[in-house]
Amino acid sequence: MLIAATIAILVVMIMAIIRGFVGPTLYDRILAVNMFGTKTVLLISLLGFVMGRPEFLDIAIVYALINFISIIGVLHFSDSTVFRHDPHDTGSTKKES
Amino acid sequence: MDIVVNMSSTLCLLLGSFLCLSGGVGIIRFPDFYTRMHAVGVTDTLGAGMILIGLMLLNPDGLVIIKLLMILVMTLFISPVASHALAKAAFRNDLVPESDRNENKGGTESSSS
Repeated sequence: MLIAATIAILVVMIMAIIRGFVGPTLYDRILAVNMFGTKTVLLISLLGFVMGRPEFLDIAIVYALINFISIIGVLHFSDSTVFRHDPHDTGSTKKES
Repeated sequence: MDIVVNMSSTLCLLLGSFLCLSGGVGIIRFPDFYTRMHAVGVTDTLGAGMILIGLMLLNPDGLVIIKLLMILVMTLFISPVASHALAKAAFRNDLVPESDRNENKGGTESSSS
């Protein structure tokens, strides 16, 4: 069961990184990176149990903290003009009909 | 007794994997940034919680359970804060939600609220 959960988390990470590459707006990419980090925490803890070495949980704790600080650090620059979104840009993946 | 704990651990891991997979499908297929944020929120709270609870049931050691509880509590505190900051930054920088955009396309009257 641990192996199946690990494979599921890996598939979810691949999906998140696809959205990170495709994502039309900057915020989609930040969201995908956030999800990728959270899933990395889960993957590290699951892999620790699969390999029979639960000491990996320390690394998972550190990774959760680093992920949070990186997201808040990037969003700290959200006043700059790079983050300014054009209101006429749809930013959606739906085709205009 | 042992088989009950094993079965509940398997059930929790299965439910967590299903929720994470549904969130992954959601982040691919949802049409808008804010709806994608909803899909990510599901995986961050209930998916991660279920997987971590399943791991907790699997191991009788005390220190491991405390570490897993720390990860769970940190995830439950960190994920809403990061989501809130991200949504607020996006909304303040004029990323209009999809429903408001469709409303404004139909007529000239401004939407309420």
